[in-house]
Amino acid sequence: MGVLPEPVEALLETALVSELTVIDPSGRPVTHPLIPLYDGDVIYLTSSILFSKKLEHIKTNPKVSLSITDPVAVQTDRFARVTIQGDAQVDDSDLHEGWERVLPLWRAKEPAIDFFLGKRVALPLFFERAVIEVRPRKAFLWEGGRTDRPPQVFEVAGVTA
Amino acid sequence: MKPSPELLGGLHERFAHAVIAYVGPDGYPMSVATDFKADPDRGVVLLQAPAGETQPPEGERVNVVFSHIRPQPGIGYDERRYVSLWGPLRRTGSGLELEPDQVQHWDEQEMTFFEYSERGVPQAHRYLEQVSAETGRTVRPKLAFGWLFLRATRLPFLTATFVPVLLGIVVAADRGDFSWWVALLTVIGGACIHLGLNVANDVFDTTSGADAANVNPTQFSGGSRVVHYGLISLRGITLLSAGFYAVGIAIGLVLCATRGWGLLWLGVAGVLLSLFYTAPPLKFVHRGLGEVIVALGFGPIMTLGAYYVQAQRYDWEPFLASLPVGILIALVLYVNEVPDRPADAAAGKRTLPVRLSKETIVNAYAASVAVAFGMIVVFAAAGWIVRPAIIAVLAAPLAVPVYRALKEHYDNPYALMPAMGKNIQLHLATGVLLILGYLIAIVV
Repeated sequence: MGVLPEPVEALLETALVSELTVIDPSGRPVTHPLIPLYDGDVIYLTSSILFSKKLEHIKTNPKVSLSITDPVAVQTDRFARVTIQGDAQVDDSDLHEGWERVLPLWRAKEPAIDFFLGKRVALPLFFERAVIEVRPRKAFLWEGGRTDRPPQVFEVAGVTA
Repeated sequence: MKPSPELLGGLHERFAHAVIAYVGPDGYPMSVATDFKADPDRGVVLLQAPAGETQPPEGERVNVVFSHIRPQPGIGYDERRYVSLWGPLRRTGSGLELEPDQVQHWDEQEMTFFEYSERGVPQAHRYLEQVSAETGRTVRPKLAFGWLFLRATRLPFLTATFVPVLLGIVVAADRGDFSWWVALLTVIGGACIHLGLNVANDVFDTTSGADAANVNPTQFSGGSRVVHYGLISLRGITLLSAGFYAVGIAIGLVLCATRGWGLLWLGVAGVLLSLFYTAPPLKFVHRGLGEVIVALGFGPIMTLGAYYVQAQRYDWEPFLASLPVGILIALVLYVNEVPDRPADAAAGKRTLPVRLSKETIVNAYAASVAVAFGMIVVFAAAGWIVRPAIIAVLAAPLAVPVYRALKEHYDNPYALMPAMGKNIQLHLATGVLLILGYLIAIVV
């Protein structure tokens, strides 16, 4: 069991897409669809330098939220929707290979990544990637995906408000 | 920019739900999924209000995102698309109403992932500059040396050199003139000049802006882009090109000195045509002469040169044998230029696909293929080339899918890709069969 409640973790472990919302320098929320990866402690997302504005925004303002909302992209018997708020950090210390530390988690969700990685020569900049590490602080869970009902709210232990 | 009524009108068909994202009072973004209905006539999106403490703030600017993918179990997913809207949110009797005044969207069925990625290259460079400034060291993208060499030189295109050079060698051998070491030097020298040309082409496509303007490169078109991506510096690629030319020219001079100075004018012509293909001041490809130059360089010039160094004289037979090969290699360039034509036009490269209509280009392709194979039949039947060389017509059916793809996918670079590959096979197969025809003639 990780830092998040079991139903939230179940969604994170199967979701093929999530919506990461960051805040741009003007204070505007900007949302990006990304694959979420989770190791029980931290949520990882990776971003190519081709689509790196979100990385710039996180460096300016680390407050982010991550939603899993699409029933089609989640393989679970008990669908729910979740939004996780947290603090993000960008690891771009080694854009070429550093992100490969999350490759096992990525491979588990998207086995085709190995095929695409084999074609690295065709899309070299796509595989220059930063890792976004999100440390959760609060989660909102809507059982059955019913957001017309109030969510269950979970504060992550050890995180000060 | 406001979203178009068409975009708003199509939301319901393309997406199952919306996500409202806003910044909460604690400074953290909040995002909540909800049902929606678009009203394109009023330019608004009606959203069901979420319950509880996740109510979006009224009157503030929010981001409403629609996202869709189709999972492919065991593989990943496809049908990626999203629409992101921004605007003020207000409460109505039945829920919430967004009046969007800004939009971003992508649908991989409308814009391929490759093009979407290419459009991100300037952002990638900006980010690399920022990381370099933050860390105090120059951060560049990388590629393993082998892959980088393969990509920078476009090594697989060397078949365009091997075919005419080997053809010249077998024509000479059929006439009783053959030297192994001369053949080996000829192949290496020709390959060096070709690689020098490939790399020089990238130097000038970078400096002319053609690479930056081209957002639809494919495996076969659009150049290597190694400088555009920042994988090699302009100085590095210039030195690489100069190195290939230097080795190629040195081998040419050795062959001149040992096999006869009659090769010199042909060698000089080959190097100049290759260099000034894209280089100023002549820039043949910018003047609409690229196809003719390629036909000459990778046809008669290479075949006659390879023949001369073996036979130490010029003859009509290698010239005639090289003509179909020259036409077919020009057609490789010609088809590969089809997806590049907007970028080529922007960079002032007046290639045939830039200058001519689709109908003319497609018909001229069919006519050129017919002329190339007609030459093989006539030359072989007349005995101007060896008779067994007529087997090269067996490659002709490879032109059919290329012709069809040009007709059907002229404006779709990625749908054209298989045809571009088939067109390269057409040149290679025809060349190999011509060479085989000569080998049969030598043996029989």
